[in-house]
Amino acid sequence: MRPDLEIIQQWIEPESRVLDLGCGNGTLLNYLKNTKQVRGIGLEIDEENIQCCIQNGVNVIEQNLDHGLSNFQSGSFETVLLAQTLQALSNPDRLIDEMLRIGERGIVTFPNFGNWKSRLYLATKGRMPVSKFMPHQWYDTPNIHFCTVKDFDALCKIKNIRVLTRTVVDSQHQGSWAVKSWPNFLGEIAIYHITKG
Amino acid sequence: MTITLPEDSVGIVEPQQLHFDEPLSLRSGKVLPAYDIVFETYGELNTKKSNAILICHALSGDHHAAGYHNGDTKKPGWWDSCIGAGKAIDTNLFFVVCMNNLGGCGGSTGPASKDPETGKYFGPDFPVVTVRDWVKSQVMLMDRLEIPKWAAVVGGSLGGMQALRWAISYPERIAHAICIAAAPKLSAQNIAFNEVARQSITSDPDFHQGYYLEHGTYPKQGLILARMVGHITYLSDSAMRAKFGKTVSDFETEKTNFGRDLRSGKLSFGFDVDFQVESYLHYQGERFSENFDANTYLLMTKALDYFDPSVDFEGNLSNAFLNSDCKFMLVSFTTDWRFPPERSRELVNDLLKAGREVTYLEVEADQGHDAFLLPIPRYISAFRSYLCRVHEEICQDAS
Repeated sequence: MRPDLEIIQQWIEPESRVLDLGCGNGTLLNYLKNTKQVRGIGLEIDEENIQCCIQNGVNVIEQNLDHGLSNFQSGSFETVLLAQTLQALSNPDRLIDEMLRIGERGIVTFPNFGNWKSRLYLATKGRMPVSKFMPHQWYDTPNIHFCTVKDFDALCKIKNIRVLTRTVVDSQHQGSWAVKSWPNFLGEIAIYHITKG
Repeated sequence: MTITLPEDSVGIVEPQQLHFDEPLSLRSGKVLPAYDIVFETYGELNTKKSNAILICHALSGDHHAAGYHNGDTKKPGWWDSCIGAGKAIDTNLFFVVCMNNLGGCGGSTGPASKDPETGKYFGPDFPVVTVRDWVKSQVMLMDRLEIPKWAAVVGGSLGGMQALRWAISYPERIAHAICIAAAPKLSAQNIAFNEVARQSITSDPDFHQGYYLEHGTYPKQGLILARMVGHITYLSDSAMRAKFGKTVSDFETEKTNFGRDLRSGKLSFGFDVDFQVESYLHYQGERFSENFDANTYLLMTKALDYFDPSVDFEGNLSNAFLNSDCKFMLVSFTTDWRFPPERSRELVNDLLKAGREVTYLEVEADQGHDAFLLPIPRYISAFRSYLCRVHEEICQDAS
């Protein structure tokens, strides 16, 4: 399992209801279903991913997150997940509002653009960073809203969102002492467990 | 002469018939004192009787969903593309049941049957049956076959509505409801098309207020017209362009043809058939009129028009699903303008509101409403995978 998902799953309570926004191939929901008897639903738009979800026995709904989540009832899930999808949304701030309307808690993970590698790339090459981790060119990337750990902290503050846990990990998904001390500089993936303030 | 059928076909099948003496109270308030149900089965029922799937047919369907009838090895059942060994509804895994709905004309009691009390054809006196009544009769059949619970109830279009009704009325007796290209209820436009079809039939001089069989005739022209208008609503504009736009010349491509292939190569400057599409619709209508009962057509379209499970819940469909503890799979097709994706999404939303487990696919397909019967790769793989999950659940329950 993808290491950020490994961290996330610890925050999900057994037999709770989980909505996974951009659930990919359904790995996490399948895992949660089998190990924690979670009642999960995933939203996805990629055809191949949807097919994988069905093969994984995961409930998946073909729905574009950019069209909103008004079809979900307030408070209908314990946890709403948004793993590695935030940066690809048209209106990430509005979606986070929606997550916390629908779920008691939200979990958001995103690539931290404030990481030293991105900074170094931009500083030395003067071009948008392209790496194994972020392999797209600026003109054909699905990632249209990159942000940094500090940016996200600021957004949480503006929106009065309470951060229950913030974990920042490097490419090995190790939350070392150094990464914990300089999250916005050393962290590559930010993982937030949030709720309404 | 030995005929070889495709290997994945369920082969030669024989319809079965059961008689029911228990009166069936209908939604209209009328009672059907006794009736026959004709059905087919494919595959084997396992010892736990947990692998049964019910297929519900649509407007013009019947119990012959798969395989071939003896003496007719050219035309397989209406959903043969999906039912068979290794097909989406895999008869190696499942025991599949498909019945002809009451009021139909495939052998189950309907307007073209004789009323045992009078010895005359029921004709227009056959009570109007609704989706709810059909599902009731499907429960009767299920009990007779000693099936405690369907692994899945599956249907497209009007068949999908039956799957929904199962989920609402008998949630404890189904594990999954698979509802393809359906809608929570018909719109004014849907009803309007049905009414044109009904008017075509009832205004045919051979209709005789529905007693045509007593007169030794039937409203052929009316049926042809009804089917023609129906058929148009099953196809999409793009499907028609593709189907009837094959002529390519120096100055015309398939794209610019617009589906305007001529029947005989030139315009007649008269009022006869000029275009292929006209000839096709005539042919479809003609063929249909020879095999379908007009009163059944009226009745089936009414069942469609009346379908609205929200009526018992003050118009709130999601409340109808509050106790539907089965799982749901819904599929819609992008060019289906009869029951477009929006209608399926309404259903999905009501199911979500009721806290149900739903899987929903919106399949890109050119074929319009008809797509649900066609082997569209994405649809079929998803359908197959979903049913694999259904089967895995059966195996888990057994262990």
